[in-house]
This record gives sequence, C-alpha cells and structure tokens, in this order.
Amino acid sequence: MNKNMNTLPRMGGLALAVAACAVLSGCATSANPQDPFEKFNRASFAFNDTVDRTVLKPVATGYKNVTPGFVQTGVGNFFGNLSDAWSAVNNLLQGKGEAGMTDVTRVALNSTFGILGLLDIASDAGLQKHNEDFGQTLGHWGVPSGPFVMLPLFGPSTVRDTAALPADRWGDPWKRKDPHNWRNIGSGIRVVDQRASLLDASNLLEEAALDRYEFLRDGFLQRRQSQVYDGNVPRTLGEDADDAPTTNTQVVPEPVSPQPAAPAPAAGTPGKTQQ
Amino acid sequence: MKPIAHLIATVASVAFATSVIAAPAATNEAPDVLVKRISADVIDTVKSDKDIQAGNRNKIMDLVNSKILPYVDADKMTAQAAGRFWRQATPEQQKRLSEEFRTLLVYTYSGALSTIKNETVEFKPMRASPTDTDVEVRSQVNVSRGEPITLNYRLAKGDGGWKIYDINVLGAWLVETYKGTFTAEINKSGIDGLITRLADRNKQLASKPLNTPKK
Repeated sequence: MNKNMNTLPRMGGLALAVAACAVLSGCATSANPQDPFEKFNRASFAFNDTVDRTVLKPVATGYKNVTPGFVQTGVGNFFGNLSDAWSAVNNLLQGKGEAGMTDVTRVALNSTFGILGLLDIASDAGLQKHNEDFGQTLGHWGVPSGPFVMLPLFGPSTVRDTAALPADRWGDPWKRKDPHNWRNIGSGIRVVDQRASLLDASNLLEEAALDRYEFLRDGFLQRRQSQVYDGNVPRTLGEDADDAPTTNTQVVPEPVSPQPAAPAPAAGTPGKTQQ
Repeated sequence: MKPIAHLIATVASVAFATSVIAAPAATNEAPDVLVKRISADVIDTVKSDKDIQAGNRNKIMDLVNSKILPYVDADKMTAQAAGRFWRQATPEQQKRLSEEFRTLLVYTYSGALSTIKNETVEFKPMRASPTDTDVEVRSQVNVSRGEPITLNYRLAKGDGGWKIYDINVLGAWLVETYKGTFTAEINKSGIDGLITRLADRNKQLASKPLNTPKK
C-alpha cells in the first residue's frame, strides 16, 4: 500500500485519471451531488475491496491474533508519534497554537521518555492526540472539499484531500527513513497495523450497511467535515432540519463544483493512511 | 467453594434486582444524566459478563432490548433517515420500516458492544438550557491507543421523557449516514423495496454468529 518508493509517479497517474474523469464528465451518472464520479469510485471501491479481502485483511487478522498486545500498541504508538509531528505543523498552520504546542510537547515527551515513541506517555499525561493533516488545514481556511473520490489502494478521499496528499506525504518523517529496506518494511508494518486496528470497525460496517460503498462514502464525508471543524460542525451546516422538505442535499455544505477544485497536482488520500 | 458460589449468586441477584428497580427511572431525569446512566450501566454489564464478551448474541440482544431501546425513539430516527419519503409512506409502511430499521440498529449495536474491553467513556459538559427540548450530549471513548472516539447523542424530549434519536460516531451522524442509502433504495424500488432489503439483512444477521474475528 504505502510503499513510498514508487507511489508518487503512481499517484500522478491517478490524479490524471481523476482529472480526465472530471473533464470528460462522462462519469457524472450519479444522482448524488456529492459523488459525480460514482462510477469510477465504485470500480475503485470494488478493487480495494478485493485487495483487502484477499491480502490485507487476512494479514491484519493474523497480525492481530498472533502478535502480543504490547507489540501492537508499540507499533501503533511509534507511527502515531511520527504523525504527531505533522499534526503539530498543521495545527500551527491553522492558527491553533494551543493544540499545536500540545502536539509538539507530545512528540518531545514520547520521543524521549517514551522510548522513541513506543510508549504514548503523553496521552497518559492528559495531552490529547490530534490527527490533523493538510486536507484539514485547507478546509480550515475555507477550501471546499469538492466531490467524493475513492482512490485505488488509498481509500476514501475528496478532491481537496487528494490534492493535499503530496504535502501529507512530504510531512511524513518515515518517508526519510534511510535504508530503503527498513523504510519499506516499516511502511508495510504500518499499513498492516492500521488495518488491524480497524478490524472491529470494518466488521461492523459490513453488518450495518445495506450498501457498503454508500455507507462508507456518507460516513466518511461527514467525518472529514467534522475533523475540519474539530468536532463542532454548526448544526445548520451538517443537517437539514427535522421536517424541512428534504431536498437531496448531502452532508457537506461546500458548493458542489462539477469540476474538481482548481489545483489537483498529484493524488492519493488520507483515508486509510491517516487514520 | 460453596460460599463463593453462594456469594456470586447473591451478588448476581442483587444486581438484577437493582437493575429492575432502576430501569423505569424518573422521566424528568436530565438528558445528560440519562445518557451517562445508561452508558455506565451497559458498560459495567458488558465488562462483568464473560458470555457477552465471548459474543453470546442472545445475551447481548437482551441487554440492548432491556437497557437501551426503552430510551430510543426509533420512529423519529427512521422518519429522519427516510426524509421526505416518510410522509409519503402509509402508516403500515412506516411501522414496518421503523421496526426493521430498529432491528438492524440493535444488531449493529450488539456487535459494537461485544468489542468493549478496557475503554472508558468521558462526558463533556452539556451546553443546553433547561427549557430546551432537543439537546446534544457529547462524550468520547478513550481507547487504549490512538485518538479518542467521538460518541455524541441527540435527544428530544417527548411525553415519555428524553429519548435518543441520533448517534454520532467518529464525526458521522447515524441518521445522516443512512439517509443516502435510504434515498437511493427508495428511488430504485420504493418504500416496500427498502423494507424488504432491511428485512433480508436482518434475517442474514440473525443467522450469523457474532464476533467473527477471534480476540
């Protein structure tokens, strides 16, 4: 999934594909205003699902059953600590000084007393973890999310978050880890560990959803919006009133532009990588 | 051995008795107090019950039915998820849709409950005035690793006291998340089509064991 070596060119191609899709707008078959690329997205979802069922989920299930709990916690903490650094930058970019400084302190504490991040002593000390990424920073400054995009391998995203992904990858300290072998092995472990932490959730999704694609899409868009607002989405934005005639307005309030938001350099998504 | 077995039996029966007494609690209980009480009650039950942790579906369903459902307004949830189609439905359709949707939520919730291990729930101060009839109670579930999970509830005050009509998990409201699916399904095959779809899923879930992944 996450192998850093050759993802960038691949993502470039992907952005092209998405852009082409938008330009031709032949994909605009969906009734859902948030999802003009539904046809592409569903194909991509089916692909991801196959990869997940055949490879990722079995490996992650094995990892979860076999690896001792403290090892899993350590792995999760280690990569969590790396992502805290980028979260700090994004909090500061959003002008959230206090949260940003919390993240800085977290990294400082966990990297030293927490043995290179293996222990999350900062959380125990009451310093809450934030997962800020560049897509949220753009959203904070008013960049609309644009339509939903399901990226092959990278999972659910939006046009905005896809455009923000190269920055997120740049801000990932593990990308600079030196021997390539270590970097690739580590990236592999990170993906498996993240998938393992989502096993319960994905099993629930299978039960709860009538249509997993729609459920994932509608849940994901709300979640991203909530992340941009740090959990305080103004109620008028998030929803339509109780008995108001429900037009088909979807969750996200931003204007739905038929073409993806202006800059779409390279692609990829937070989705699985970030959460 | 014997005294211990005795003790367990006593504790169990006392616990049962108090829960029976506590269940039909005062209807003028404040909404956040209500949610806190249900939440603590349910979590304690799950943590102290090995059968539930092992995924005993019947026991979990009993728990959901007895401790949670009395405080849930399934009609309101369904009405909102169905949006404008709710008013187009006949009373009979409304009833069936609401029942099937509620059953699906019970199954889903049961699945979630069986995964509770050592999480703790932390409630945030409620911002509401005493005259409000529609409030949001916010909490977060602190998990052993990673960011806390948002868990918020919307409650409305009716004749029977406060009732939950929407839940927010990880930033997504349940009703809103189902709305897209409901709309798509109704557009495709009508309200009856949606009811059938839900009923099929429920049948499927009823025959499926809980807890597919081993812990």
